[in-house]
Amino acid sequence: MDEAKESVFEETKDDTGAKLGMWLFILSELILFGGMFILYATYRYKNPADFHHASKELDVILGTLNTIILLTSSLCIAASISAVRKGERKLSMYLLMATMALGLVFLVNKGFEWTTKIEHGIYPNSPALLARPKGEILFFGLYYIMTGLHGLHVLVGVCVFSVMLVLFVKDKLNQRRFIPLENSGLYWHLVDIIWIFLYPLFYLIT
Amino acid sequence: MASAERTEGVRPRISFYKDHGQYHGILSWILTKDHKRIGLLYLIFVIAFFFSGVVLGFFMRLEMVAPGGTIMGPQTYNSLFTLHGIIMIFLVVIPAIPTIFGNFFLPIQIGARDVAFPKINLLSWWLYVSGAIVVFFSVFTGQGPPDTGWTFYAPYSLRTTVNVPLAVFGVFILGMSSILTGINLVTTTHRLRAPGMTWKRLPLFVWGIYSTSWVQILATPVIGITMVLIILDRFFGVGIFDPAKGGDPILYQHMFWIYSHPATYIMILPAMGIVSDVVPVFARKKIFGYTAIALSGMAIAAVGSLVWGHHMFVSGQSDFADILFSLLTFLVAVPSAIKVFNWVATLHKGSIVIEPPLLFCLAFIFLFSIGGLTGLLQGALAPNLHLHDTYWIPGHFHYIIFGGMGFGLFAAFHYWFPKMFGRMYRRKIAIWAWVVMLIGFNIFYFSMLLLGWEGMPRRYFDYLPQFRTLHLTATFGSWILIAGLIIMFSNLFHGLFKGEKAEDNPWKGATLEWQIPSPPPTENFEKIPIIQHGPHDFKELEKNG
Repeated sequence: MDEAKESVFEETKDDTGAKLGMWLFILSELILFGGMFILYATYRYKNPADFHHASKELDVILGTLNTIILLTSSLCIAASISAVRKGERKLSMYLLMATMALGLVFLVNKGFEWTTKIEHGIYPNSPALLARPKGEILFFGLYYIMTGLHGLHVLVGVCVFSVMLVLFVKDKLNQRRFIPLENSGLYWHLVDIIWIFLYPLFYLIT
Repeated sequence: MASAERTEGVRPRISFYKDHGQYHGILSWILTKDHKRIGLLYLIFVIAFFFSGVVLGFFMRLEMVAPGGTIMGPQTYNSLFTLHGIIMIFLVVIPAIPTIFGNFFLPIQIGARDVAFPKINLLSWWLYVSGAIVVFFSVFTGQGPPDTGWTFYAPYSLRTTVNVPLAVFGVFILGMSSILTGINLVTTTHRLRAPGMTWKRLPLFVWGIYSTSWVQILATPVIGITMVLIILDRFFGVGIFDPAKGGDPILYQHMFWIYSHPATYIMILPAMGIVSDVVPVFARKKIFGYTAIALSGMAIAAVGSLVWGHHMFVSGQSDFADILFSLLTFLVAVPSAIKVFNWVATLHKGSIVIEPPLLFCLAFIFLFSIGGLTGLLQGALAPNLHLHDTYWIPGHFHYIIFGGMGFGLFAAFHYWFPKMFGRMYRRKIAIWAWVVMLIGFNIFYFSMLLLGWEGMPRRYFDYLPQFRTLHLTATFGSWILIAGLIIMFSNLFHGLFKGEKAEDNPWKGATLEWQIPSPPPTENFEKIPIIQHGPHDFKELEKNG
């Protein structure tokens, strides 16, 4: 928007407003996952032994690897935002691509983890799972839903980043205007922080 | 993303009906980013769904006119009350005021040109329509319309063979629409207030929408995830709420009501905002206790989010939870009562002008008080045992939702009609419609309260002979009520096409929407106004001519 048109409106670009909107959205996302965490807490409290046994079956190494991958991707996107602020467009784009790549690697890992479990006959409503104690059915039910929902958010994040990449190419993201990138970064940190809670709840606490 | 991405030339004096923007014909409506056009889009759909809900209700009452099967079987009756609930709750009363009047008037009332995110506003509307279409398909596809009641209680909703997943998916989409509207209006209120529009000068309607929006943002995600869990259970048999697989159905009830109880405040808070702004205009007096009204709305939003367990007193939750939820339920009555007292105090010694909007507000105060007091009765643990799942409950919540929110909505129709359409309806007929509706309403729903008191269980398509007289009375009342609705809406439709031209400020209101032309121009204001007085400062208005 050029200067002449800007003067027509008193409120032209409201970066603070855009960020406020994003924070409100993140708040509602947190509560969406909050509902799942309530279920997890309640069922864990009711079936401590079953949760203990079931959680031992998850692959801690793969989980830890994914945690490292996701944290690194968060670092990349934060660095990408800093870079665009300083006007280093190329660097910012590379970091953005690195974030996307790490997000995809996370999903591939998750896919391996899921398929291994499914090959062992452990998936919702499977005969092998239904033969187990009820607490374990719940544990794996929650595992699939919560990591699945989280994975979906990772996928959405990667899609959003590819839109950002297009914006970069069209020069709609630059030193003067980078709020969309900052907001998608905020979203990515949300995805990250939810994983920070999922990881210990499913893999570490036994 | 900010409001002023529209770089089209400014044509401040042209009404927004004539300024079709970059598209023509129907596209200039369904692709519009103008908050006023979007508000009207919602208006059309909400009224259409309202009448579908009324028709379903009419047939339910007709079935209950005599004992035994009268015009339908039990399965049809189950579907009718389920659909009546889904349509009225999720498609009418939750979205109605924030989306129609919040969209149309909140930006004008704070001196803004549009909402903070006009594109997302349009997206909300599209999500609303998509959700409605999905719900519509759930009625006509699969193995029949849902029959679970609008609450979708597990495990029955997991077992029944009818089309629950689709309906539940529709509710999920409607939830997204609701969240986005909430985010939009909160951001708008924070960021786009005109210079001088301090928080203490906000019209109380804005305060009502603002507190509602917070509930929409914070409560709706919970029903979103709960609906997803039902779908996952139906398709993959995950069993989170299925007792056969270790799930806990009572936990489902908690999750459902964590949203759905605050949702009743999503319904009533905006209507309270309307009453708080309309009463002073027709009493020609400043509102009594502005701050108390504004803050009690926020208090209702906060405390109201913590009372959901009072829907579950007989579900088997712990006694401690029962006592706690009962106590909190009584607490939430305090801010509601503060509002009622303040409205009455505003009327006291005012120069009251009897006009249709005020009459609808008075009906609101009367009916809401009955609804609120009956709510206290069932919120106490011992009477709840007797009243739970009887006709008392629908009697109570129809007093709140229809008598409160519904009459608040009708007040808004009559108050803002001249501003939205630039024409005036026939006021005498509006008053007659009000009289007829008020009589029909009370005959109908008070009979329901009495039926419940005598032990008639809700959601039954048949009843014992001893309930015959009251059921007949209720059905009779429903006909009067519908007659009143028909008079009111045909009067409004007549006004829409044939009404006299309205002045810019027919009620002599002091809020900003009355200081601009009717209907408003696209950009609302030629220049963003500088605010120097509160929303009910009528003396200032008269001084300035």
